[in-house]
Amino acid sequence: MNGYLESVNAGYFYLLVAGVMAFITAICIVFLVKSYKAGIKIGMDKKVLKKTIMASASFTLLPSISILLGVIALSGTLGVPFSWLRLSVIGALQYELNVAEMSAQSLGMPGLNVSDLNPSAFTTIALIMTVGILGGVLCCIFFLKKYMKKLSSKPKKANESGKKSFGAYATTAMFIGLCAAYIGSYIGKAIPREGSDVMPLIVAVIAGLAMAVFEFFIRKKNIKVLENFSLAASMLISMAAAVGISAII
Amino acid sequence: MNNEIAVQNEEISAEQQFLNEFNNGLHKVGRISLIAAIIVLVAVPFVYGMANGVMPDVGGFFSGLFRVGIIYYPVALAEFLVYAPMLGVGGSYLSFITGNITNMKIPCVMNAKDIAGTQPGTPQHEIISTISVATSAIVTTLVIVVGVILLAPLQPVLNSELLAPAFNNVVPALFGALGLKYFLESPKIAAIPLLALTLLCVFVPSMISQTSLLLLPSGGLALAIGWFLFKKDKL
Repeated sequence: MNGYLESVNAGYFYLLVAGVMAFITAICIVFLVKSYKAGIKIGMDKKVLKKTIMASASFTLLPSISILLGVIALSGTLGVPFSWLRLSVIGALQYELNVAEMSAQSLGMPGLNVSDLNPSAFTTIALIMTVGILGGVLCCIFFLKKYMKKLSSKPKKANESGKKSFGAYATTAMFIGLCAAYIGSYIGKAIPREGSDVMPLIVAVIAGLAMAVFEFFIRKKNIKVLENFSLAASMLISMAAAVGISAII
Repeated sequence: MNNEIAVQNEEISAEQQFLNEFNNGLHKVGRISLIAAIIVLVAVPFVYGMANGVMPDVGGFFSGLFRVGIIYYPVALAEFLVYAPMLGVGGSYLSFITGNITNMKIPCVMNAKDIAGTQPGTPQHEIISTISVATSAIVTTLVIVVGVILLAPLQPVLNSELLAPAFNNVVPALFGALGLKYFLESPKIAAIPLLALTLLCVFVPSMISQTSLLLLPSGGLALAIGWFLFKKDKL
């Protein structure tokens, strides 16, 4: 393997990636502090701001573990430091694996096989993976300001009827579209045919049922504290169910 | 009554001015940060290459980038168009550089929006979504740092076959829970997109693995229905 795995897991590479992560985290802290101060300035309740931080942190813990699993999955071929970088900055596991495979093929390899890799091939693959995923970032740099300006409606005047603007519904509508695409794909995948898999649908249904129970207690019984945990807890319940169902099947 | 409305309008106008100034600041910091981040990220393969006495293969790079770009750049554009309005200005800059948008940042922002009770397009929502995304990104980084440090001893547990079905289904778990919440919130908007996307995936199985491509028509359809119902005053 020409010392390939040793080179992609070298100590300096860990430090290099740690440095990049520190830089990205610093950007996040700048935005966080700037927004928090702006919130105070316009008279937002500190409790609401702190609650947002706590809820976002607790909500993030569970999906973060799945990202960590992705790091483990990639580390066997690309080493721990680069997998860590790719899945922490811009990346997503599905994209990274596809692109690494396509990059390896563009170098004349049959696929992403650790026995075929060497430092030279890795350098090219790493560069393709990095540049190939910059689309969203480039869109933000060049188009976000114009796009958001276009989207923002003219200053809203309060009217006597107090009717909400369409903007309030647009986000919900787009998010419904997002969920519909995923749920539709799980139903399609559950249809008995080659390559079918009923587990994603079962898990989604169980998560939905768990969320329905939480919504009942939040809305009907007015137990508002559950709002912070309903999503993560619904996910956890359905994921635990997936383990149980797999054991039975 | 008229006086009350005038005071309200004045407050809204001041808020709008604050939002514009705040967003302009975010655009400036965001653009500089993202350009710097691109330079740092692209430098990583070159630093590794220099340490190992090798450089990227130029032909292989362009060939690979073409294959990847033709698929992923249009997807990136579609994701940008769909997600940016949900994330707001600060949330967009941070989400597109830290990644995991669909599975983490968007639900996190929606969750925070519900908890804080903010409305999109307001300064409060912009602030809440930025705080939410920033917190999420920082927590993810910390979790992964701890994970990387503990990687060796953790690997057998996390990679155990027993837990595999749970982590293989984290995305369905997410969209099952959120889908229920939002479908209940606006069943009139949800019915047709859900039915259309289900029929598409049932009768055109190749679409099942193209969820990222389906997001734009699905989001567009929901948006169009929402607009129609809004205009008819049926929401």
